[in-house]
Amino acid sequence: MKYEVVIGLETHVELSTKSKIFCACGGHSEADQPNDCVCPACCGMPGMLPVTNRHAVELAVRAGIMLNCRINQYATFDKKSYYYPDLPCAYQITQWFHPICTEGYVDVPTKHGVSRIGIKQIHMEEDAGKLVHDDWADVTYVDFNRTSVPLIEIVSKPDFRSAEEVLGYLEKLKAMLRFGGISECEEGAMRCDVNISIRPEGSTELGVRSEIKNMSSLTAIERAIKYEVARHIDAVERNTETLVQETRRWDDMKNRTFAMRNKETAADYRYFPDPNLMPVVVDDEWLKEIRDNMPATIEQKTAEYASMGLSGQDIASLVSERRLCDLFDAVVASGRRPADTAAWILTDCAGILRRGGKVIGELDIAPEALSYIIGMVDEGKINRGVGKKVLGAVIEKGVSPEQYVKEQALDAKVDESLILDTVKTVLTENAKAVSDYLGGKEKALQSLFGSCMKVLRGKGDPAAIREILVREIEKLK
Amino acid sequence: MNYFVTEIDRAGTVAVDDTILVKGCEAKAGSHILDGFVPLFSSDAVERLVKAGFTLRGKTHTGEFGLDIAGETSYHGVCKKADGTLSTAAAEAVAAGAVKQALCVDVNGAPRRGAALSGVDFLKPTYGTVSRYGIIPTACSGEQVGVCAANAEDVEEALSVIAGHDGKDGTSLPAEKYEYAADKDVAGMKIALVKELYDAADEGVRAAIDAFRAKLEKAGATVEVIPVTDVKAYATAWQIMLSAETCNNISRYDGVKFGYRAPVYKDIDELYVNSRTEGMGFTAKMNVLFGSDVLSKNRYMSCYDKSLRLRRLASEKMKEIFAGFDAVLCPAMSALSVPAYDLAETFERTERELLFTTIPNLTGIPAMVTGGVQLWAAAFGESTLLSIAATAERMAD
Repeated sequence: MKYEVVIGLETHVELSTKSKIFCACGGHSEADQPNDCVCPACCGMPGMLPVTNRHAVELAVRAGIMLNCRINQYATFDKKSYYYPDLPCAYQITQWFHPICTEGYVDVPTKHGVSRIGIKQIHMEEDAGKLVHDDWADVTYVDFNRTSVPLIEIVSKPDFRSAEEVLGYLEKLKAMLRFGGISECEEGAMRCDVNISIRPEGSTELGVRSEIKNMSSLTAIERAIKYEVARHIDAVERNTETLVQETRRWDDMKNRTFAMRNKETAADYRYFPDPNLMPVVVDDEWLKEIRDNMPATIEQKTAEYASMGLSGQDIASLVSERRLCDLFDAVVASGRRPADTAAWILTDCAGILRRGGKVIGELDIAPEALSYIIGMVDEGKINRGVGKKVLGAVIEKGVSPEQYVKEQALDAKVDESLILDTVKTVLTENAKAVSDYLGGKEKALQSLFGSCMKVLRGKGDPAAIREILVREIEKLK
Repeated sequence: MNYFVTEIDRAGTVAVDDTILVKGCEAKAGSHILDGFVPLFSSDAVERLVKAGFTLRGKTHTGEFGLDIAGETSYHGVCKKADGTLSTAAAEAVAAGAVKQALCVDVNGAPRRGAALSGVDFLKPTYGTVSRYGIIPTACSGEQVGVCAANAEDVEEALSVIAGHDGKDGTSLPAEKYEYAADKDVAGMKIALVKELYDAADEGVRAAIDAFRAKLEKAGATVEVIPVTDVKAYATAWQIMLSAETCNNISRYDGVKFGYRAPVYKDIDELYVNSRTEGMGFTAKMNVLFGSDVLSKNRYMSCYDKSLRLRRLASEKMKEIFAGFDAVLCPAMSALSVPAYDLAETFERTERELLFTTIPNLTGIPAMVTGGVQLWAAAFGESTLLSIAATAERMAD
């Protein structure tokens, strides 16, 4: 018999806010020591009260708009109770009764065309802390740095029919959320619970479902789905086991899933509305403000850049990172030519970063600095080679381009007589190369040109230097 | 009799109960489970008092998490009246002149009962007017810091300092300051006497109400007996919410982070169970059991959700009453004196006494105890309560 796979995803995404969702602690991702980024509130001390982070609500609404959701202008925060040492209050604040967004969808490109995946809801919640077990001392330590970091949980409908669709969806989600400034989606900042069941093809009833908890790697998700499908089909066809609705854990080393202890999953979370948090009311004015401040989507940026005449490859490179687009837009806005700016970013900056073992996504340069360098080159104050040298110093050493150019006297006017003197000196000092050239070895000219450039320390217009060099060497014929 | 679980300054004039945090001063909330917990910050109410020049005398004994009738469940010491009957340490400290004012958290009426038993005043202000930042939480949706003092003027003096917006409390109302007055004219006021509550109290209480009623009428007010037929349902609703929220709030005392940790355990589950079994008293445990039950999947709709609906009905009922009356008069508890009794009865006894004190906690309206009786007013009607109390206090018995 042929089977159809039915999968639904619950995806937890960390929001890029400056501070936690209900207190003012910030910078947990940069904290290098455990419990560096905590306060009495996120440690669960009695007497502290939660106050909602407005920006977290805005980012959740923004995610809802991007995923075509209905924005619920009345949402509540509710308490979910369970005991675990990484949860300092023994309850997590989440949205159970009235989530912020419901009923959306996202279109996912696959080999077989576009699949539309329904979004059941997006709700906001706080993250839990982290337990670190020391096997040597047999102690478990608690780190609350991550406690109360804002999350959104994006709950899909059971609309996936293959692992390919799941991966396509997650990749698309990641790109959208990063580009929309909603989440950095860094390693571990996007975690999934995968709900999976099978049914005979053509059936409309849902089979027994298992939920694989807390997956963060795409390859593991793909392998876990394949394993679960095989396990379910074996159970149905060969009676290898009786399927029960349960929560399972993926073991990456053993390459299979395991049922979690019933105790871990049978909890009654005893949800109720948190009386300390007023309902979140996104009124028309606030909603309009959020809509008006929506950053352009990848699709919009792609169209905009195409209309500027950028190549498809350059566009794809730029839209791979929001910050590259921001840099590009700012430099172009300062009056630089689009194609030229793209080349400076994607060829020159990327080359300099690569030299230091970094990727273009890590580029960190002020748009003013880049625009200044391009301007100097455009106006002929320095040549492009010198421009690159300045760019390298700016990126690698963090110097200001103005100061660097001045210190190195790179913009000093090189008059023709200096070039002529240099060319003459080089010609007399490199008799071998001169005779090679005159003997028909064209390549020797390049070596002489290089020597001139070296003496001039990169200053002067290369075209002019080459012209004078050729003129002078021809005289020697 | 020692009123204080912790002394701060013998020259101080204000006491705070042990569920209100004072920076650097161990806070036990009448429970063993909080042993050794020293807060890193003071409650907003305490901050305001200190800033205004008030000095703290010490922290008064309170029943476990303030959930009992009148402080009888404290792990650290129970305050009794000279005749051996119960009252709260805060009310007794005020009655004895040890302090001028005492701040108490009113979540189930204990400070009001204490004031009635000790013959002093206590005012629980409108929900949201005094910040709840820095009070050990039980039922957040109805708890409020109030002021206990010997007379209405002294209540007003401290209340006007502690009330006002606090950005650290998401339920704090926006007004920066509240102006209270204890000199409104009582003549012409219309007072409602709740029949069901009057009938539920004993003879002594009814006599106190009759005497108070006579004073009001002498001062030119009119008193009319009205029915509030659902008082019992409201009390049950608050009992459900109180237990549910308390169960949730005291779940954090698990022996992991601070407070009492059992000396013997073999894994995390035992650490939880042993610490809580040894650290919590009977009242806390009853609230955990009852609260877990009413929030469970099977009961949520029939218990907790229904209580939320009853809260709305109670609010509507109060609006209806205050459209025609300036204040409500009723008993603060069933008797004017409570003998010491077996603590295992606390939970049920408190439930019975909640009949008299629930509505202000459930709906957020202000309530005041004076001369052994209780008064309610519409939201922000503190001045009405203070004026009635001050007028009655000026009149000889």
